[in-house]
Amino acid sequence: MMRPGFSDPVLDAQSCFRAVLEAMSRPGRVQRLAPVLQPPAPLGPATAAVLLTLVDAETPLWLDAGAEAEEWVRFHCGCPIAATPAEAAFVLATGTPPDLAALPQGAEEEPEAGATLIWQVAALEAGEGWRLSGPGIEREHRLRVGGAPEGFRAAWAAQRGLYPRGVDVILCAGETIAALPRTTRIEEG
Amino acid sequence: MAVLARAGGEAIRAHLADTAPLPPHSRLRGPETGLVMLRGRAGGDGAAFNLSEMTVTRCSVSLPCGTVGHAYVAGRDREQAELAALLDAALQDPARRPALLEAVIAPLAAVQAAADEAEARKAAATRVQFFTMATMR
Amino acid sequence: MAYVAVKGGEQAIGNAHAWLAETRRGAAALPELEVAQIEQQLGLAVDRVMAEGACHDRGLAALAIKQAQGDLIEAAFLLRAYRTTLPRFGHAAPLDTGAMRLRRRVSATYKDLPGGQVLGPTYDYTHRLLDFALAAEGSAPEAAPQAAEGLAEAPRVTELLAREGLMRRERASEEEPADLTRQPLTFPASRPARLQNLARGDEGFLLGLGYSTQRGYGNNHPFVGEIRQGRATVRFTPPELGFEVEIGEVEVTECQMVNQFHGSKAEPPQFTRGYGLVLGRGERKAMAMALVDRALMAGELGEERTAPAQDEEFVLMHSDNVEATGFVEHLKLPHYVDFQSELEVVRRMRATAAAPKEVAE
Repeated sequence: MMRPGFSDPVLDAQSCFRAVLEAMSRPGRVQRLAPVLQPPAPLGPATAAVLLTLVDAETPLWLDAGAEAEEWVRFHCGCPIAATPAEAAFVLATGTPPDLAALPQGAEEEPEAGATLIWQVAALEAGEGWRLSGPGIEREHRLRVGGAPEGFRAAWAAQRGLYPRGVDVILCAGETIAALPRTTRIEEG
Repeated sequence: MAVLARAGGEAIRAHLADTAPLPPHSRLRGPETGLVMLRGRAGGDGAAFNLSEMTVTRCSVSLPCGTVGHAYVAGRDREQAELAALLDAALQDPARRPALLEAVIAPLAAVQAAADEAEARKAAATRVQFFTMATMR
Repeated sequence: MAYVAVKGGEQAIGNAHAWLAETRRGAAALPELEVAQIEQQLGLAVDRVMAEGACHDRGLAALAIKQAQGDLIEAAFLLRAYRTTLPRFGHAAPLDTGAMRLRRRVSATYKDLPGGQVLGPTYDYTHRLLDFALAAEGSAPEAAPQAAEGLAEAPRVTELLAREGLMRRERASEEEPADLTRQPLTFPASRPARLQNLARGDEGFLLGLGYSTQRGYGNNHPFVGEIRQGRATVRFTPPELGFEVEIGEVEVTECQMVNQFHGSKAEPPQFTRGYGLVLGRGERKAMAMALVDRALMAGELGEERTAPAQDEEFVLMHSDNVEATGFVEHLKLPHYVDFQSELEVVRRMRATAAAPKEVAE
């Protein structure tokens, strides 16, 4: 049985978009999303809301979330499903995300063609963990990402050398999101 | 679907009034209006090109039994899209299908066919009958 | 260009818009125009706004015409702006214009052809005398006569020539066409990009260019192979269904312009065609589009490019009336700083010119 999407597609998507904007402009700050969805497992409510808000018929999506979630996303977003992460505009990871280097990084002339990784993690906690700095952060911001794999920080550091090319990340946990735009520096806490 | 896509929401509703009431439905998505890009072909049969967008309204509903119905209809008639989706779901039920085809789809199709026929006859009335030298002789 | 931010004029702008609204409405003693009346009785204006606004929706186009007081370029602009607020569901299958429900179909190349010459509701052969009876209200014309039977099959005229091998064949391709609503135009432009640009281009601009090719600016000897006007079915494959469904129909006008081609090293002498396809009953536009499409093929066919209509950058960069309006009309916005600097330059130059010349020693 297909589960519904936003009850008010326009206003719900607008408020979620506002939260994503806020998250991107203040990297690492945890934002709580207002409308609560009941998407099929393993999608969490925030993950589902971000997908409904950002993904559409013109943005191929690669995902690792299984058949039921894929059907739900296809139906509500109308998006093509990419065969590999390298062909996707958005990459949804509910488990270990694919290697950042395997995602589209954009080009020097079109850095906006870099992919966005929507990464569902176990937990997001501010005040401890990684030390974030860069544009949008006055001095330093702390964020603990529950379940981040070992090599992620090194891969992130490697991608910073490609700037303005690169991948942006939206982290989702439960009803909350935080973002790591490609400009953000991550250091071990 | 082709018939419902060319029928206004009001006309569909009027015909539905003549049938047994449909089960209550819940909206899965929409009705919402968006765009579909129309395409043509170079020379009519060559490479495809984008001609213009058009407004399209879509709706998906589900019935209590779990059956899902979808509709995409040209234009912005939300009632038309929702009723078409509801009928798409209801027509999947073999028990309801014959009555709905008879009470809703057939009369709408007949009206459309009559309008097409009238137009084709008006067009045929403007077909030129040439009187060449050969036939005048 | 230099710009400077200035504030002010808020009240003047508000009052100007209020006056605009009053002017648009006209004398309050007269009944207000209904959008449905515009849609029904100014149908060709609606068609033009849909074509140049590149969005098929008769009701929205009629509303735009009402709001724009009948300024069709302004109306196309309003429609273009509105369409940006809607999500894109996908694209339809290419329209099968060969199978359209015909209202009109004429050919200037063959008198007798399968399906015949069908005039349809045309202004051709009218005497262009003002009909003062229309100035009196309340007269509805009689219903148009109907023949005993509908139309016979009417295959495309170009197919008749193609069967004899005398017509250059189009290459059908399933390649994803360029989309100017998503990617900016680049040169050299593909044929699909050119056709999309022309289909939404300004009718007046294309008409002038098409005319220029007939007057010798560009090597065209065109014949109207066929004009077809009618309703074509729109087929769309919803991703959740995975099969094609009919979602409605659109009225379109198609023009195949046939041209002699002397041949090149690679191709024998044969006929080539320019193609026009526009929303609605825009026959003049479809014909002009076909002339310009053919002129733009000069490069591919190895013909010398000598005329404006053959220069794709010139044609495609200036055909869009919304873009053209934006750039031309922006000139009336404040350029105070720009002009101030020019004033100073001119004053200085005059002062220098008037000063007694120094004698070189």
